[in-house]
Amino acid sequence: MSKRIEAIDLNVYYGNFLAVEGVNINIEPRSVTAFIGPSGCGKTTFLRTINRMHEVLPGARAEGRLLLDGEDVYATGVDPVTVRTQVGMVFQRPNPFPTMSIRDNILAGHKLNGARMSRSEADGIVEKSLRGANLWNEVKDRLDKPGSGLSGGQQQRLCIARSIAVEPDVILMDEPCSALDPISTLAIEDLINELKNEFTVVIVTHNMQQAARVADKTAFFNIAGTGKPGKLIEYDETSVIFNNPANKQTEDYVSGRFG
Amino acid sequence: MTTSTDTTQRGSAPQPGGTRKNSLTAGQMPRWTWIAVAIGALVLAAGLTALLGGGSFSWTGWLIFAAVLYIVGMYVTTYAIENKRRATDGIWRNLVWAAFILALIPLVSVVWTVFANGLPTLLANPQLLWTDMGGVTGADDIATQNEGASLQGGFLHGLAGTLMITLMATIISVPIGLLTSIFLVEYSRGGWFSRSIVFFVDVMTGIPSIVAGLFAFAVVELFITTFIGESPRHVQMIKMGLTAAIALSVLMIPVVVRSTEEMLRVVPNELREASYALGVRKWRTIFKVVLPTAMSGIASGITLAIARVTGETAPILVTAGYAAATNWNPFSEWMTALPVFIYRQLMNPTAPAAGLPSADRAWAAALVLIVIVMLLNLAARIIAKAFAPKKTGR
Ligand SMILES: Nc1ncnc2c1ncn2[C@@H]1O[C@H](COP(=O)(O)OP(=O)(O)OP(=O)(O)O)[C@@H](O)[C@H]1O
Ligand SMILES: [Mg+2]
Repeated sequence: MSKRIEAIDLNVYYGNFLAVEGVNINIEPRSVTAFIGPSGCGKTTFLRTINRMHEVLPGARAEGRLLLDGEDVYATGVDPVTVRTQVGMVFQRPNPFPTMSIRDNILAGHKLNGARMSRSEADGIVEKSLRGANLWNEVKDRLDKPGSGLSGGQQQRLCIARSIAVEPDVILMDEPCSALDPISTLAIEDLINELKNEFTVVIVTHNMQQAARVADKTAFFNIAGTGKPGKLIEYDETSVIFNNPANKQTEDYVSGRFG
Repeated sequence: MTTSTDTTQRGSAPQPGGTRKNSLTAGQMPRWTWIAVAIGALVLAAGLTALLGGGSFSWTGWLIFAAVLYIVGMYVTTYAIENKRRATDGIWRNLVWAAFILALIPLVSVVWTVFANGLPTLLANPQLLWTDMGGVTGADDIATQNEGASLQGGFLHGLAGTLMITLMATIISVPIGLLTSIFLVEYSRGGWFSRSIVFFVDVMTGIPSIVAGLFAFAVVELFITTFIGESPRHVQMIKMGLTAAIALSVLMIPVVVRSTEEMLRVVPNELREASYALGVRKWRTIFKVVLPTAMSGIASGITLAIARVTGETAPILVTAGYAAATNWNPFSEWMTALPVFIYRQLMNPTAPAAGLPSADRAWAAALVLIVIVMLLNLAARIIAKAFAPKKTGR
């Protein structure tokens, strides 16, 4: 399954501070969308509103509408936990659970929720998710070893495997490669290309080449100055954003003439 | 021309492994300097002590003199041979060491005294561990002291009391302490309520233990006289193991809250977020991700809290009283804890005219108590190791 994401006039606040203002965006299912923009323009903030992780922080809230296949995530009575089971997230720094083995990390989404499953069923999920994250061959002989014993790149793929194990519709990735070497980065980019066959993938990146390599569409966010809210400036096909952007700010940013 | 100069220069270059002095280590004292200074200080101090002592030689005085002389001597030597900077560095290092040794002296001497006094008795009379004072009279002790009869009685009742009371106290205070700190760290958002909890927990940390005992007594008294009855028979019921356990919980809870709080705060937020992002509810995240991650620290904190209250005397004396026979039931009848046993044996010997057997029993009990506390500390370390998140898997 894979779902369409639509934001309509979305404002995101930290307490009284308006961090992101008036986002309107329409993200196709089964596609990869990249968010680019200078530091502090609200890419992470907006990304975290999509699976309602934003409100985990004290005082943080969002206004406006955010639709998953037409259903408003912020409608009254919606349980954020339900939203998060449908929208998975991979963080900037790999964060496998240190107390769990590789296997248990993959099964965390099920086990932590108290789901009971047979051994063979669990093995199936573990293998499928690890294969999906291109990690199976590297770890299949040490599934019972702690996840924190893997290399950084492997840990990040483990985290991706962990989030696809619960079969979400959307996967959000916040700079998933920023702590990784070029080889691991390539492995994850390949993986993102495969993931879009099943999921809607949204990725935040500071690496323009990466955006150009993996994304079908790219959204450029910008900020007018410190203390001002970040805004979605331009959203289009990746090739258009990088070669022929409509907006002057976008052109300056992608050509490196920013600031 | 140039070639020949080059060759000469290369010829005079230091050979690897050659005897030429490394310029980086020039101007340093030889390694044995400190030994020389130490011997000098010891000898000089011996002379000084003998001179000042006028006939009697004080070993303590000798060591103190030697330490002072050594520190001063090292400073002067380093100053003379090397430079002021290194001399200052050295004097601070020596002072830190001196402070460390000074701090160690009481500990070592306590352990030494208890072992020296308690071990022979315990080895000669291992039955102390599995008999109680039931039926032991002053006549027995007089026989032991005057006629060399074997030592009677023991402190099984003390062991039983300490075990049951501490166990009950742990059962009461661990859930309360854990949940309080979970509230403080995970649920409260720094409002007045959580700040007042923190304040009162801090105040509780400083409560004198006897006050905790009186408090527990008063609470149980209130409970019993309101709900059960006020007759003397009912008032008798107040003194029991449970009351002592309540008193010890008052002392334990703040320690558990504080150590657990500390441990929960160092659990990285990323792990909570990782769990939320998988669609896991908050309480499950806390119980299955946060607590296991912090478990090693929490468990060792709890064990240390237990070790801390095992040695309490006063609050147990006023709440559980003192019995001569073994009582395993914390819900009725008086109970003796090991520290209380020690106190009573020393202050009110079984045979007032013959106190030695009682003192022997007290020392043996003190030894067992110290061993228990040491074992608890050891357990804390083992638990911390066993629960610690595995860092590497290769
Ligand atoms: N926890 C927070 N509390 C208050 N303000 C925050 C918080 N996190 C971020 N902000 C503010 O919100 C704005 C957007 O931050 P955000 O982290 O979304 O930027 P970003 O685009 O992800 O930057 P980067 O590329 O550096 O990751 C910034 O002005 C930032 O200072
Ligand atoms: Mg960010």
